[in-house]
Amino acid sequence: MKHLLSTQELDVDQALTLLDTAEEFQAVANRQVPKLPTLRGVTMVNLFFEDSTRTRLSFEAAAQRLSADIMTFQVHGSSVSKGESLKDTAQTLEAMGADVIVIRHPSSGAAATLARSGWVDSSIINAGDGAHEHPTQALLDAMTLRQRFHSEPRGALLTGLSVAIVGDIVHSRVARSNVFLLTTLGAKVTLVGPPALLPQGVDDWPVHSTFDLDDAIDSAPDAVMMLRVQRERMGDGSLISHKDYVRNYSLTRARADRLPQDSIVMHPGPMNRGVEIASQVADSSRSVILDQVRNGVSVRMAALYELRGGQA
Amino acid sequence: MAARAVLSESDIDRTLRRIAHEIVEASPETSALVLLGIPTRGVVLAHRLAGYISDIAGIPVPAGSLDVTMYRDDLSTGGHRTPAPTEVPGGGIDDRVVVLVDDVLYSGRTVRAALDALTAIGRPRLVRLAVLVDRGHRELPIRADHVGKNLPTHHGERITVKLRDVDGTEEVQVVE
Repeated sequence: MKHLLSTQELDVDQALTLLDTAEEFQAVANRQVPKLPTLRGVTMVNLFFEDSTRTRLSFEAAAQRLSADIMTFQVHGSSVSKGESLKDTAQTLEAMGADVIVIRHPSSGAAATLARSGWVDSSIINAGDGAHEHPTQALLDAMTLRQRFHSEPRGALLTGLSVAIVGDIVHSRVARSNVFLLTTLGAKVTLVGPPALLPQGVDDWPVHSTFDLDDAIDSAPDAVMMLRVQRERMGDGSLISHKDYVRNYSLTRARADRLPQDSIVMHPGPMNRGVEIASQVADSSRSVILDQVRNGVSVRMAALYELRGGQA
Repeated sequence: MAARAVLSESDIDRTLRRIAHEIVEASPETSALVLLGIPTRGVVLAHRLAGYISDIAGIPVPAGSLDVTMYRDDLSTGGHRTPAPTEVPGGGIDDRVVVLVDDVLYSGRTVRAALDALTAIGRPRLVRLAVLVDRGHRELPIRADHVGKNLPTHHGERITVKLRDVDGTEEVQVVE
């Protein structure tokens, strides 16, 4: 594998290799010395055109545990605001020694453009491109599901698991990446959200969809994944009011209590407590939110290893 | 490709029993022994050796696995490798006598990687190396303490170790 751009282009074997490798890396975290020499001499650049502390830190932690070197390119106050193109930025970074470029960009397809343009030879990891994809987030979600529902996660698929993804689906790269990866692994995905926030072409996706969260809860899903509500999409002039959203789509304690005993609650973070998820639910024993964060480092290690382990 | 059998199933079993005796004799303290096999077939051998040593010494001897993939120096040329599990027995390896177990000793690079991998897990009192076959052609200053069979080979030959637990059949072959 040269790049990791989307989960849509991952086949079952590639996805399982990434997840199994991530499991082995997770074991390293518990060692006396939680560091591997594997990517010595490899330089990873975080190229972030959008704010994201968590994803950036998670990639940094992953690179550090594999002994890679890290450079961070901040957009604020950088030459990008002076009008430098993506091409020039990427070529500059490569000239400084970048082997892997982790890119987050507000435009869908930015990572793929960088990978396929021929501008650079570096491996590209998509860390979120517009409303398109965020593959490492979906991988860490799949890893979390596998750990929860399989006593031996290695090699296991998600066959038969039902996952409800709730919220602003249309603007969510997390939802999109999860739809493709989870269905590739055999899970059944239901998308839940108000009509204005479900994508137009949702009938063509390999999923069910519903406007009614209570219906989705009563169908007894194994996992409910709450998406972060972006406040700028609510309020004046938008299609749905904040109050209506919270009433209809918030995972309240009452709703969570109706889930089967061993169902889990997921959230990609950062959470708006009291908006899409109630505080008591986020802190309950159902919540696997911190497992997701932990697994994020492991799947990013796996991605870096898959892309560069053979070419250090 | 001509394959020549050099160890049969009964040869392998006899050899492992002999190595088990050697390990017991060479160990200052049998209760400090931990056997760590290098995946894939080294792990099977480590568990078998631990069983024989337990029979000889009359005490349980822990065995586990040590994956060295992430410590290799040939990741860039050896093609893609997926890491295998590392399972260290509950007592850990600090201050223990660790015997690394592998099926074939060749360049010594795997063992070099294993020594690095060990340092990330703890600090053994002693580290020893037991192999079923030593085929020569070392590229590093590494030697085995316990050898099942010395097999002088050409570079062009391959040693194939088959074990029942992994391969369904059991023998060692030289493939030319």
